[in-house]
Amino acid sequence: MMDTLAQTDRAPANAATFLGGELGPGPAWLQSLREQARVRLGEIGFPTTEQEEWRSTNVAPLRQWPLHAAEPGARQVGPAEIEPFRLAGDGYCLVFVDGRFRADLSTPPGRDAGFQAGSLRAQWEGDARELQQHLARHAGGDANFFTALNTASFEDGAFVSVPAEAVVEQPVQLLYLAASERPGAAVHARNLIVAHSGSSLKVIETYASLTEEPHLTNAVTELALGPGARVEHCKLQNENERAFHIAAVQAAQSRDSHWLSHSIATGARLARNQIQTRLGAEGAEAILNGLYLARGEQLIDHHTVVDHAQPHCDSHEFYYGILAGRAHGVFNGKIFVRQDAQKTNAKQTNRNLVLSEHALINTKPQLEIFADDVKCTHGATVGQLNDEALFYLRSRGIGAALARRMLVRAFANDAVERITLAPVRAHLEQLLTGWFEGLDTSLSSHDR
Amino acid sequence: MGKESMLEIHNLSAGVDGKEILKGLNLSVQAGEVHAIMGPNGSGKSTLAQVLAGRGEYAVTSGSVTFNGVSLLELKPEERARAGIFLAFQYPVEIPGVNSTVFLKAAFNECRKARGESELDAVEFLALVKKKTKLLELDPALLNRAVNEGFSGGEKKRNEIFQMAVLEPKLAILDETDSGLDIDALKIVSRGVNQLRRPDNATLVITHYQRLLSYIVPDRVHVLAHGQIVKSGGKELALELEQRGYDWLLDGAAKNGKP
Repeated sequence: MMDTLAQTDRAPANAATFLGGELGPGPAWLQSLREQARVRLGEIGFPTTEQEEWRSTNVAPLRQWPLHAAEPGARQVGPAEIEPFRLAGDGYCLVFVDGRFRADLSTPPGRDAGFQAGSLRAQWEGDARELQQHLARHAGGDANFFTALNTASFEDGAFVSVPAEAVVEQPVQLLYLAASERPGAAVHARNLIVAHSGSSLKVIETYASLTEEPHLTNAVTELALGPGARVEHCKLQNENERAFHIAAVQAAQSRDSHWLSHSIATGARLARNQIQTRLGAEGAEAILNGLYLARGEQLIDHHTVVDHAQPHCDSHEFYYGILAGRAHGVFNGKIFVRQDAQKTNAKQTNRNLVLSEHALINTKPQLEIFADDVKCTHGATVGQLNDEALFYLRSRGIGAALARRMLVRAFANDAVERITLAPVRAHLEQLLTGWFEGLDTSLSSHDR
Repeated sequence: MGKESMLEIHNLSAGVDGKEILKGLNLSVQAGEVHAIMGPNGSGKSTLAQVLAGRGEYAVTSGSVTFNGVSLLELKPEERARAGIFLAFQYPVEIPGVNSTVFLKAAFNECRKARGESELDAVEFLALVKKKTKLLELDPALLNRAVNEGFSGGEKKRNEIFQMAVLEPKLAILDETDSGLDIDALKIVSRGVNQLRRPDNATLVITHYQRLLSYIVPDRVHVLAHGQIVKSGGKELALELEQRGYDWLLDGAAKNGKP
């Protein structure tokens, strides 16, 4: 394995070179995709807050970072360090440390499992037909700088493919851990998930840090859902509070397919999630569920796009944000209803709980409707803890700190309940408890 | 009587948003007693309930409240609850996302901890809850739902008394618990309250109507008007108020105000 890695290891470059898109490895067809992406990079230019899409999210600090491709193996990571992040129980887990697939730590499906899950690189080095068919076809045409950068530069990632009518009962976890102790290590992770007609799959995508140094994750996940396919995709991001995390999750949905997407974002200094689906044939349904918890100096940004391209599709979007300290939340929810997309039913809700007077939320629905027989609703709320509810709990003997925690937890409840994966819910329960405990000191100023 | 009062309110003045509502109120309640506070709308009945429970929006400007020898006004709402004060809300609050059983178990165990008693585990607690739901003829399925969320008006009121039955307070303050209840629900709630009466606890029944007092028979009846108790008497006073209304007392209160 180290041999294949060696050929791609280069001397660390400065940020400008790095962000210019150093081409990653791969066969000719892939190189051609990468070249195109690098050209796109130059055309788009590095995002600035002058651009509408990046108005609230300033990624300029990245240019000052000592950015470099994460060097694999710089730090020894063993099974014990992986264990706390494993959520798939007896299920399948693909582990990536600093962006590189670790076969020794992974539990991929066996040959008789009836579906495939493994390293993307192994796939392009082997039978690349499905990759050629799907890779970079669903990622929104690389319209986004970081998506294009990812296409130009990704070194590895996960490939999951479920054949027609196959039902994968156990969830598949893609676990990305940043371990490098050298500040500025960057990983471009690329995942391709293909669910053929009538198949069913649950994927958990986890991003976390073993290091406390600042690092960059630039992840792109493409999902192709065949007719009648059902995919639950749960992205959990809890990287360290110096990290920059930029991710795109892009689904392409065929007829009668069902996509249940979760984005649970609690980590990173700056996190930007682009969650996107194209409802490309009748009867497709998407549920976009999101929960972001930000405190301290964190910025957590979600840009979602639901593209109703064809008639009789449903989308339901629920995003919940809890903001404390000096944190900044961004929610931008775009819904396109194309001219042909009659009988569209689209619903969008963004609710925010602001726990501190210094926290900030920018929320913006964006509906562009070109069909005339559609049902589209959207609503955004920004509020604080309900004083009456707080008093009610306290009047029964529950202390102020616990009462507050119960109410904050209650706010997140709907988002948690929408996740069907019990181990993920249990993990979230723990994570939320830890998060609230960290908050209590900053909240206890108004006890009476 | 020589016996120390459970609740001693002395010259209590309090208000909200700079407006004084209670104006030198005095009241003394002994353990084992049921007191009714009656009075017209706007007389300060609910303010009294909220001030006793420790609602932060209400500011106490003078006076004192002693509860079992402790100065109540110094305590936070949760400390009052743990000391044995219970307010049955006039308008119970809906709390989406907070499970009723989880909430009540947390409250129950916080109160037990404060008394130096051991916490009940889930099994023990559920057994207790089952017993108490029967007392209030409360549908146990409600306890799987969020606190008061989607409950009917009657269910909310019954849920308040159910919580009281679980928490077993020393002093229960029922704030207009009868409002919005049909006669059957009123009987159930009253029976619940009566079964919880013990020589070592007391109840303050705040109501606008005499009706409730036919079922929860008070030892003392007080009329609150213009922020003061203007008349006190036995249970027969409630009947007199039912017949004569409050006007004859309000005139008296106005005169009281002008020496």
